[in-house]
Amino acid sequence: MSARFDIGARVSVRASFPPGHVRTPFFIRGKTGVVTEILGPYRNPEELAYGRSGEPAMPLYRVSFHTADLWQDYDGGTKDSTVVDVYENWLDEAAGEARGETS
Amino acid sequence: MAEDHTHDHPHDHSQFQPDLEDKPLTHYQAMTEAVGELLIEKGVISGDELRAMLELIDAKSPAAGAKMVARAWVDSAFKARMMDDVLAAAEELGIDAGGIPILAVENTPEVHNVIVCTLCSCYPRQLIGLPPDWYKARSYRSRTVCEPRKVLAEFGTVIPDDVEVRVHDSTADLRYMVIPQRPAGSEGLDEAALADLVTRDCMIGVTLAKAVG
Repeated sequence: MSARFDIGARVSVRASFPPGHVRTPFFIRGKTGVVTEILGPYRNPEELAYGRSGEPAMPLYRVSFHTADLWQDYDGGTKDSTVVDVYENWLDEAAGEARGETS
Repeated sequence: MAEDHTHDHPHDHSQFQPDLEDKPLTHYQAMTEAVGELLIEKGVISGDELRAMLELIDAKSPAAGAKMVARAWVDSAFKARMMDDVLAAAEELGIDAGGIPILAVENTPEVHNVIVCTLCSCYPRQLIGLPPDWYKARSYRSRTVCEPRKVLAEFGTVIPDDVEVRVHDSTADLRYMVIPQRPAGSEGLDEAALADLVTRDCMIGVTLAKAVG
């Protein structure tokens, strides 16, 4: 299994709203962040939840977001960040320019 | 209250602490009970094994995590190994951290870490015991991601504006624990005394380690 994204890659979380057991929180869907860690292969929880194998395993990433990018009117400062574990099937390469993400 | 007291006086018995059984079981409580009873009835596990497992889970405490943090404070090589692999580092100290991967995140003068599980209540039980009720509450789970500084302030933890607040949402296969900053004035303390400064809440990241003295 090779990871599609490297550490430092800018990624967008799919703005998708499928039914069922999904472990990608709503507040990051459609948002852009940076891969800070590749945690290794994990089986797909959206399949495991229904008694299926979840194979093949896929990379799980830690993705860091500017908290101010996630919430309108966030008043905690621009340095603040939110790190979420996201499975590869939820990530796309982000378009556009980088804007000083935290690492 | 006497057993034989009569009910010809107007007081409201609902003011007393209700028993657990006073409320109907929720769907999942009923399912859990049913599965437990079936496993016992079919001889898959015994009632005593189930009880012993509950006892084991309940016996987990923040002492294990505190011991690891204290060691990390005094031994930077251990801290590096812990940051790399918490489960292996735990084993070095004779602590069974279970099989679920745990990642340690370290507070520094520049970054304050706090842990939440917005989707459910994932928590490193093996190292810090059972989660407090507030950790599982919708209020903590929803507010910690959108207004972490206010939540921290309610715990009495005010993070300066120039320090990054980094929220970790443990949505997937890993669990997280915070290595708090070593308190000022703790230089002369031995490991056991240092571990006493490390509370459950500071390993979740809602507080700092206890001050010395």
